[in-house]
Amino acid sequence: MRESLVQIGALVGKEFRLEWRQRYALNGMLLYIVGAVFVCYLSFNARRGQLAPIVWNTLFWLIQLFTAVNAIAKTFVQERAGRQLYYYTLASPQQIIVAKIIYNTGLMLVLALLGFSVYAFVLGSPVEDVPLYIGSLLLGAIGFAASLTLVAGIAAKAENSATLMAILSFPVMLPLLLLLLKVAKNAMDGLDRSASSDELMTILAIDAIVLALSYLLFPFLWKS
Amino acid sequence: MKTNWWKALAVIILTYTIFWGLIGPTPRQPILNESIRNVYFHVPLWFGMITLMLTSLVFAVRYLRKGDLGDDMVSVEFANTAILFGILGCATGSIWANYTWGEPWPNDPKLNGVAVSMLLYIAYLVLRGAFDDEQRRARISAVYNILAFAVFIPLIFILPRQTDSLHPGNGGNPAFGKYDMNSQMRMVFYPAIIGFTLLGVWITQLRVRLRRLQLVMEE
Repeated sequence: MRESLVQIGALVGKEFRLEWRQRYALNGMLLYIVGAVFVCYLSFNARRGQLAPIVWNTLFWLIQLFTAVNAIAKTFVQERAGRQLYYYTLASPQQIIVAKIIYNTGLMLVLALLGFSVYAFVLGSPVEDVPLYIGSLLLGAIGFAASLTLVAGIAAKAENSATLMAILSFPVMLPLLLLLLKVAKNAMDGLDRSASSDELMTILAIDAIVLALSYLLFPFLWKS
Repeated sequence: MKTNWWKALAVIILTYTIFWGLIGPTPRQPILNESIRNVYFHVPLWFGMITLMLTSLVFAVRYLRKGDLGDDMVSVEFANTAILFGILGCATGSIWANYTWGEPWPNDPKLNGVAVSMLLYIAYLVLRGAFDDEQRRARISAVYNILAFAVFIPLIFILPRQTDSLHPGNGGNPAFGKYDMNSQMRMVFYPAIIGFTLLGVWITQLRVRLRRLQLVMEE
């Protein structure tokens, strides 16, 4: 158990080092979310002040969704097949998927926080309960990372993986996205925390289901 | 006849459902009126679809455990029939909604959930088209099938119950059976569920046989 945790730690470290060495991919994603926020800001600029809170919230989560799909799609295509085979001989598939999910959660969290700060900076922030909003970002990062890592693994096995990634992941993300939108909206309106507790529990449950499924199903993907 | 008794049962039950469903007595409800008879067709189609999806999932799991391509074929055909039932369920529901809720596609979480789950299963078919190698296609699509079902459950059973929904049994509404259905209706409704599910299994069986024959012909 302990040894396995050390191995997962080593794999997560490997992911971070890999990202740091190929910095263009990381910079690309950071620029992607900043660019997307800016495009939205300028597009709505003509009617500044008319951005209703609900539009503000939905727009932000849509940017998050597209960034997540783009950022996580490259999880498995960035390394060559030969090197993946090498990992296969070193570690169990469960360790690999757990390491990838941990790494992607971290990545999503960085992207979400950056996106949120830039978004709030240029478009103004009507959020009243900031800790809860950031909490929803955290839960979203875990859920997006877990479900998209598995889907990225599926899509990477096919040739036309960019389109496939989108069509496979959008319906999978939807239940999570709807619940997150609702919690984020509650946080924005500054409602009492107890109003969101049902949704938070359901999000946690969905996160748990997706994590368990990734853990169980990834070995079958890895084999092929 | 020994092994085919359930097909005869399906024919008998469905004949009974159609005749007695259309001419049998129903309670007079405001707004619903005669359209309450749709409960014999619309609701059993959904029950059938969920059963077919579950069976598709069971065969996907079986394929992953044993690696028999036959299981994969059965799994995809069950998914196909489930999609057919889903489309029929949407169509019957749409007609019903047009007369009772005023528009064919009201913005209801359950309807949207179903539309998304149809997207999920169509994405499953698209995914299958992306592979040439049979073993690889079978394994990867089986993984997606399991994921799709796991997402389908919250979409249909959890989310609509948390928000406002027009459907009975959701968003704080009482379930249909509680007030609107009487025992005469149940005499048709419960057999109809069995009948439509059996029909789905029958369609799937025919499709699987056709696929097997095509495989033999190719060889």
